[in-house]
Amino acid sequence: MTTMTSTMKSESLGRRAFRQLMKRKLTVLCFVVLGIYLMIALLGIVGLLPDYQERVGGPYESPSLSLSLILGTDVFGRSVLYKILAGTQTALTIGFVVSAIAIPIGITLGSIAGFYGGKLDAFVVWMYTVVVSVPYILTVIAISYVLGAGMLAICIAMGMVSWVSLCRLTRGEFIKHRDRDYVMASRLMGASDARLIFLHILPNVVHLAIISGSLMVLAAMKSEVILTFLGVGIQSGASWGTMIDDAKGELIQGIWWPLTGVVLAMFFIIYALNVIADALRDALDPKLND
Amino acid sequence: MVAYILRRLLYLIPTIFGVALLVFLLFTVAGEDPVRIALGNHASPEAIADLRAKWGLDKSLFAQFGDFLMQILTFDYGTSYNNGEQLSELFAKGAVVSLSLTLPPFLLGLCLNVSLAMLIAYYRNSWFDRWATAIAVMAMSVSYLVYIIALQYLLAFKLDLFPINGYESGLRSIYYLVLPGLIMLLVSIGPDIRIYRTVFLDEIDADYVRTARAKGVSERAVLFKHVLKNALIPIITYTVVVIPFLVLGAFLMERFFSLPGVGDLLITAINTGDYPVLKGLTMYIAIGYSLFNLLSDVLYAFVDPRVKLS
Repeated sequence: MTTMTSTMKSESLGRRAFRQLMKRKLTVLCFVVLGIYLMIALLGIVGLLPDYQERVGGPYESPSLSLSLILGTDVFGRSVLYKILAGTQTALTIGFVVSAIAIPIGITLGSIAGFYGGKLDAFVVWMYTVVVSVPYILTVIAISYVLGAGMLAICIAMGMVSWVSLCRLTRGEFIKHRDRDYVMASRLMGASDARLIFLHILPNVVHLAIISGSLMVLAAMKSEVILTFLGVGIQSGASWGTMIDDAKGELIQGIWWPLTGVVLAMFFIIYALNVIADALRDALDPKLND
Repeated sequence: MVAYILRRLLYLIPTIFGVALLVFLLFTVAGEDPVRIALGNHASPEAIADLRAKWGLDKSLFAQFGDFLMQILTFDYGTSYNNGEQLSELFAKGAVVSLSLTLPPFLLGLCLNVSLAMLIAYYRNSWFDRWATAIAVMAMSVSYLVYIIALQYLLAFKLDLFPINGYESGLRSIYYLVLPGLIMLLVSIGPDIRIYRTVFLDEIDADYVRTARAKGVSERAVLFKHVLKNALIPIITYTVVVIPFLVLGAFLMERFFSLPGVGDLLITAINTGDYPVLKGLTMYIAIGYSLFNLLSDVLYAFVDPRVKLS
């Protein structure tokens, strides 16, 4: 028993987290699902996905047993499956670009505010209080109006409001750590502020970035669908939001396959991300591990 | 306590100023020209100048921001660009619809979801807990839009149990509000029971619970007498903050079911560039959100004597 614990102690946090993540079959399965979706998105970015604009049959053909027709066709006779694949690329790109914008903002502002405190801290707190006081949807719509519609605009808009929770968490951790003995000791040895922030304290908050990152991807993908549905999201190109918008009228004519396809496509990735976010929290949050 | 509340109210001033600045920058400085939206591209220069003067857009940005701050102080946001109606009236009319849409599912959902979560916590780590949690995550993984479309199609169109959309004021409104309310209730179950379950499980292993069990208190009494009381603290504070957003309505719901609430007002204002409505609504929501946040903190200290406000 004693040897067990000692080997566990020497194991790095990352390895221990990885081992814990791999313990549950469902989590592994969800990582596989995420991998498949990422692969589809990458294929789309390289241009290897089949062209969803191409007609593969008559309008509204019901599903049949061939790859392009497995989910039937839409009003123009285009393959629903190919549209969903193209929509996957859009959704994942948005999810990851939003996190790529919001995580650095959240971490930077949170670290600076927590580490230095004082006026700087007050300013950052003021900034995020203002951002959360305005309804999310309104800020996103307003910013994307200003930037002009389109994929990048919507990513920047969502990124500019999604950093708040990570910033709060990071700030809290920095406040907790900045007066700890190890930081004090390093400071007395003449370490610069940058060294203290990046080398000493930041590694303690990386797990927060990973957890909130997975939640951000999730939230951004869900918001994209709603924003596109409201007519402020993706205007050109395939999007699950546009497909759902179309499906509303199609359903009444008895055409169920486009909606079913989108629902399934969205369900698997969102479910996988939900499970992964939970598993990451369990594996990486030291409070739960101890 | 009073000193704390006063200080927090003072803190509201910079926050509200910040929101005003943000809103002003987004809509007035960077947004599209509302005069051009209203008159189109081919209006005569005189007509444009007239409308600019009428809406106060001929002044400097500095003066316009001053006007906006005055509006916030006097709670008078002027009139809509679209129909010239007073914003406070538009807002009051919409708020009645929105609240009658959102309040019943909110209150019902609170009771239902807390009870469900407690049931799950009672059977924690059993197959029931695992399946309930798994189903909650699955339910959360389906887009809100899909619930609306599918249930509107199934219950209103196919089975003809409810009207497809529309609204009448007065008691008849219930007829139109049941289906959207039901959908909102249904959608709230998944995320809520997940949060509440964690809240209950946090409490269930606390020392005081162990003491109660050691004294021989039954599991049921532990749950209802001890755990529920303590778990209600985070649940109440978590719930209070959401209240201002109830006034905002469920804009998707209002859109799908053609309900003339605040959410619908908001989406229409966005689509038509009706800046006075957008600015006014945002300020209402922001002020409401800040006040309820304060209320939540005060309540927290009120129900939990361990918490000291400072």
